[in-house]
Amino acid sequence: MSDEANKGLLSPLRRKLLMGMAAVPAITMLPRTSFAQAPATSAINTTGLAVTDTEVTVGILHSATGTMAISETGSIEAEKLAIEQINAAGGVLGRKIKFIQEDGASDWPTFAEKAKKLLVNDKVAAIMGCWTSASRKAVLPVVEQYNGMLYYPTFYEGLEQSKNVIYTGQEATQQILAGLNWIAKEKGAKSFFFIGSDYIWPRTSNKIARKHVENVLKGKVVGEEYYPLGNTQFNSVINKIKLTKPDVIFTDVVGGSNVAFYKQLKAAGIDLSKQALLTISVTEDEIDGIGGENIAGAYACMKYFQSLDNPNNKAFVPAFKKMWGEKTVIGDVTQAAYLGPWLWKLTVEKAGSFDVDKIAAASPGVEFKGAPEGYVRIHENHHLWSKTRVGRAKLDGQFELIYETADLVEPDPFPKGYQ
Amino acid sequence: MTDNRFFNRSELIGILVLAVFLVVVLPLTLDVFRLNLVAKYLTYAFVALGLVICWGYGGILSLGQGVFFGLGGYCMAMFLKLEASSVENTKIQSTPGIPDFMDWNQITALPLFWKPFNSLTFTIAAIILVPGIFALIIGTAMFKRRVGGTYFAIITQAVAAILTILIVGQQGYTGGINGMTDLRTLKGWDIRPDHAKVVLYFFEVGCLFVCIMIAQFIRHSKLGRILVAMREKEDRVRFSGYSVANFKIFAFCIAAVFAAIGGAMFALNVGFMSPSFVGIVPSIEMVIYTAVGGRLSILGAIYGTLLVNFAKTSLSETFPELWLFGLGGLFIAVVLAFPNGLAGIWADYVQPRIDRLIPSRKSKPEGWTDSSVANGAPAE
Repeated sequence: MSDEANKGLLSPLRRKLLMGMAAVPAITMLPRTSFAQAPATSAINTTGLAVTDTEVTVGILHSATGTMAISETGSIEAEKLAIEQINAAGGVLGRKIKFIQEDGASDWPTFAEKAKKLLVNDKVAAIMGCWTSASRKAVLPVVEQYNGMLYYPTFYEGLEQSKNVIYTGQEATQQILAGLNWIAKEKGAKSFFFIGSDYIWPRTSNKIARKHVENVLKGKVVGEEYYPLGNTQFNSVINKIKLTKPDVIFTDVVGGSNVAFYKQLKAAGIDLSKQALLTISVTEDEIDGIGGENIAGAYACMKYFQSLDNPNNKAFVPAFKKMWGEKTVIGDVTQAAYLGPWLWKLTVEKAGSFDVDKIAAASPGVEFKGAPEGYVRIHENHHLWSKTRVGRAKLDGQFELIYETADLVEPDPFPKGYQ
Repeated sequence: MTDNRFFNRSELIGILVLAVFLVVVLPLTLDVFRLNLVAKYLTYAFVALGLVICWGYGGILSLGQGVFFGLGGYCMAMFLKLEASSVENTKIQSTPGIPDFMDWNQITALPLFWKPFNSLTFTIAAIILVPGIFALIIGTAMFKRRVGGTYFAIITQAVAAILTILIVGQQGYTGGINGMTDLRTLKGWDIRPDHAKVVLYFFEVGCLFVCIMIAQFIRHSKLGRILVAMREKEDRVRFSGYSVANFKIFAFCIAAVFAAIGGAMFALNVGFMSPSFVGIVPSIEMVIYTAVGGRLSILGAIYGTLLVNFAKTSLSETFPELWLFGLGGLFIAVVLAFPNGLAGIWADYVQPRIDRLIPSRKSKPEGWTDSSVANGAPAE
């Protein structure tokens, strides 16, 4: 599978082309040419979407304000970059993408309201958006009712599948199981301590992890603790960790709480170069706040790291930095958000239409060979086939790739035996 | 019409104008999407209306109205969620027939306190009674001990914070931070399509006018006069032999029930309920609506709510990254320059001109703010 993924990139000519056109990494690999005569609008848009002979409108719906803004900004930036690159490469079916950005304001009903506005008023052809599970849950009934298309970037808990959503991040089993297998094998880990923020994603993820540890790895979960979002006091759980001495600390603490957690862990004398810690919630973005020195040595399990060494990523990272500044870092979700507009474009071209029903039907099997994470493909269940990787945090805030699965991992949003 | 009736002449005109605006003008000029947004704004108008009675007239500043809004909304949402979670709709769950969030949290049977919410009659009663009784308990505990003013405001905030934490923490029973989403039908009637939204809008406007009438009645009754007297000089009212605490409890309960009706309407119109309407921030926002509209004016509060929410929507659509600053600036400007809000502007600048145009019908000055009771800055 991995060979297939890189086939298109191996030829030196293509690589050269890619290097030269850092801003348009995937152009040479598009399945259809974008330069053909653009088809008539009436033929490719039968449902009254905002498509003209020269333009097509999509929506970007993330939190630009409020507590989630810090996380979602990366996604907004990635989506804008992708749209710019697609336009530079000729647009979609000969039409330039125009975007309307709406602010979800870290408030779930606002997300629903804005999604409705984008679909009903602006008639956007697709929405790139949402971040937290709560915002997706709020938007989901809206996109289903008004038959919109949502590209959702975050790794999430699964247990969901919709005709109207493409999940470009990993669902929980995809993200977690390979990481647990690796650490059990590599470190001989038998006992695990779970710490999470108290909401649906950590709870579901930990449920899956617990079943896997107990039933498959034949290990033991020696503790499972949850803290409210935004919590900054982790001393009591750190004491419990010291008492139970788990082989692995497995964490899905999110957002700002991470800063307090890793600092207090370090202050309590837990040395992450000796104590194995596997996180599924810390990306390069979070390390920016935590500080590399506080988390160096921890393992993270996800599908993308900024440091990945492949030609796609080597074109993507400089293009992103060129557009948004040298200091920006690119985390897992930012990369997944970048996939959204590209996958949509490829699907529209495969379907030969902007109609949502046709896009939904054409989605399974759509491949994106220019993905910074490598090759991805849309599964029948509208999630992505993707590799799972384990990285180790370094002092400079980047991850060093330690392990990656040999093949793409199949997405399984309703995992049997894990519910 | 004499003074002690339901309303005086200019109030009657004001109410008619509002009725025409909400029932005729808006539905004719707005598309269904915008009309549904107005319906959402109006759910907050219920809260603002309650705050006019409780804060404007009674002088009791509650920074925890979100609690009652949330209780009403959650009662309604529980009923709708149960209906949306029929065995047929939830086949893919490990336990079909219970709300999806319970299934995610490994709950295998419907909790006992959820069961009565299968009945619409019980739900409607609960929407009024649960927040009413809760307000009665808080009010009794506070006002009987003569806790008032700032201390009361702080305690209501604490209650709002506690309830939010409770809802978020007990996600197996409440849906946690995600809230209750994907509400679909009311007694088999789909609440999501456009025509249902229009029907719900008119139903809501009807309820709002009933509440306006109740508020008008309270305001013009002897009770309303006592509330104002209490706000201005509590001790004097007490020495005159009135039980100040009971009046305060009453005002607080009325405000709570209004807020709860608003919450229930919210769940119906938006198809959604989440803890983000229960906490401290939304509660303070609700006070701001009242302040912008004019806390002494029943109609002012409604226009204030509409204006602030409309500004919120349009600013955030136009300036997705800067709108919060604009909104903040608007609040500061209004509160600094016009302490009596929109209603104050009307009474000070617009009404006198109208009076001059239509020469002296009466010698007594009339206006939204009912100057006979509302002149001068209140004590709180």
